[in-house]
Amino acid sequence: MLVGFAAEVLKLRKRPAVWMIVAVWIMLAVVFGYLFPYLAYRSATGPKAALGKQALVQALPADLVGTAVQGFPLFAGALAMLLGVLATGGEYGWNTMKALLTQGPGRVSVVAGKALALVSLMLLVVLTSFAVDALCSVVTASITDSAMDWPGVSDLVRGIAGGWLIVTMWCLGGAFLGIAFRGTALAAGIGLVWALAIENLLRVFSSIVSGLDTVQKYLPGTNAGALAAALGSPTQSAPGGTPGVTTAVGGTQAGITLALYIVLFAVAASVLVKRRDIA
Amino acid sequence: MTEHLVETKGLTKRYGERVAVEDLALTVRRGEVYGFLGPNGAGKTTTLKILLGLVRPTSGTATVLGAAPGSAKSLAGTGMLVESPAFYPYLSGRDNLRVLAQYCRIPATRVTEVLEIVGLSARAGDRFASYSLGMKQRLGVAAALLKDPVLLVLDEPTNGLDPAGMADMRALIRRLGGDGKTVLLSSHMLGEVQQVCDRVGVISGGRLLREGTVDELRGQGAVRVTVEPLDEAATIARRLLGEDRVTIEDQSLVLDTDQDDAARINRELVLAGLTVRALGWNERSLEEIFLEMTSEERRFATAGAGSGV
Repeated sequence: MLVGFAAEVLKLRKRPAVWMIVAVWIMLAVVFGYLFPYLAYRSATGPKAALGKQALVQALPADLVGTAVQGFPLFAGALAMLLGVLATGGEYGWNTMKALLTQGPGRVSVVAGKALALVSLMLLVVLTSFAVDALCSVVTASITDSAMDWPGVSDLVRGIAGGWLIVTMWCLGGAFLGIAFRGTALAAGIGLVWALAIENLLRVFSSIVSGLDTVQKYLPGTNAGALAAALGSPTQSAPGGTPGVTTAVGGTQAGITLALYIVLFAVAASVLVKRRDIA
Repeated sequence: MTEHLVETKGLTKRYGERVAVEDLALTVRRGEVYGFLGPNGAGKTTTLKILLGLVRPTSGTATVLGAAPGSAKSLAGTGMLVESPAFYPYLSGRDNLRVLAQYCRIPATRVTEVLEIVGLSARAGDRFASYSLGMKQRLGVAAALLKDPVLLVLDEPTNGLDPAGMADMRALIRRLGGDGKTVLLSSHMLGEVQQVCDRVGVISGGRLLREGTVDELRGQGAVRVTVEPLDEAATIARRLLGEDRVTIEDQSLVLDTDQDDAARINRELVLAGLTVRALGWNERSLEEIFLEMTSEERRFATAGAGSGV
């Protein structure tokens, strides 16, 4: 597994698309987590001043964890899924899967090496995202003369672990789709439609259609949003809240469900690669 | 006893109703360059993919280096280039090989060695996407050589190359064969197979039609004699060789005999006062044999289609 891991890291590290997606991820986190709240604070006057102050609070160091993970269930999750799709689907597009599988380490080892590399990449991106967010919160606090209170170390670790769980689930989901559809286009399309549209639509209908409420509590997006909410992100129903963040289930159940999805995607991807012919 | 590095028995692969490979029995001996010859769509690539463990057969058995196809033991000693060279376009040639080397636990020094062997060292740092077709093909061979394999499986390695590139590739294959490597070379190019292969298996419609050395497949040649008067010459030739070994084609005698007899026959014809204008060895090319074999197969397939089978 570690043999494949080194090779996969080399591929991810040298792939321009990976760097571009990570750059977009960080940029969106900064824009929606810090720049827009700051602009809202600066421009809000009169009756909207209270909303502006509330927005500013989210951009200060004390709210680092909630703000850093607020985008993970939706936009960062979609980008993580795209990374997963590219990592596996690309192997079919370039026909390189057959080269990997004839080197000798075994089919499951190839998938395991790939999964381990993606899991590590997600941890790296989450850490980077937290570091950049921390820097932005310091700048925001400095220029607004606000208090520079930091979350406790345990909250920070919990936030990083929770955020990593959310994006890893999406990333391995994308990796599974790339293998299932043996390419990038269809896998990315279906994955993104699911993450960005279908789960939101199901949420809308869950209050009307009998049984749908129960089903949606076990869906990946709902649990990702619930974990973000448990870590302090503002829910989508709150004023100025974040799309995709809900309190449909508790944080513990969400964490366990996401972990199970990670295992499910990895096992399903391994089974597919092991059983199918390479055309 | 000859050691078989590759052996298949009753190998069959079906995709639904379509039969890609049918009851295939082929053997590749240690140290030989084996030509796997067949027209496009004959089942060559499917067979090679089965031997590499990429595709599972519907029935039948195959062993590669004494182990099951796709097993760690068989893959450890097998290098391959199947279909077009497949690499990551954003990586350099060297990095592409490093990725594969890491997967098969080979030191980076070997990457430099194989780049040297295929003559790509100078462009090893360039992105694969910028390579010409010939360079891509050479990188594919370099990847196949990474493991210093006992068995090399090359699927139409000269595909898309210009004449100079083809000549280079054939020279490389001959050199590898000379170095003691066993090469399983799939090709639809008869000249290529004739030039570089020790033994040949001819496949068409998923079935192995013949297997043997190039000479065995060509069979015995014939002596063609242009002589006057033809009838009198035919009588003398039939007396010397027998009735069934003499035919007349295009105003010449075609004698089913070997080259050693040619001088004796020439002498007898001249002593009989006949005018011998030309005498030569009439050798069938592999192309003629191949077309003959595959045309029978095509006739069979057409008849089958016509009868609604």
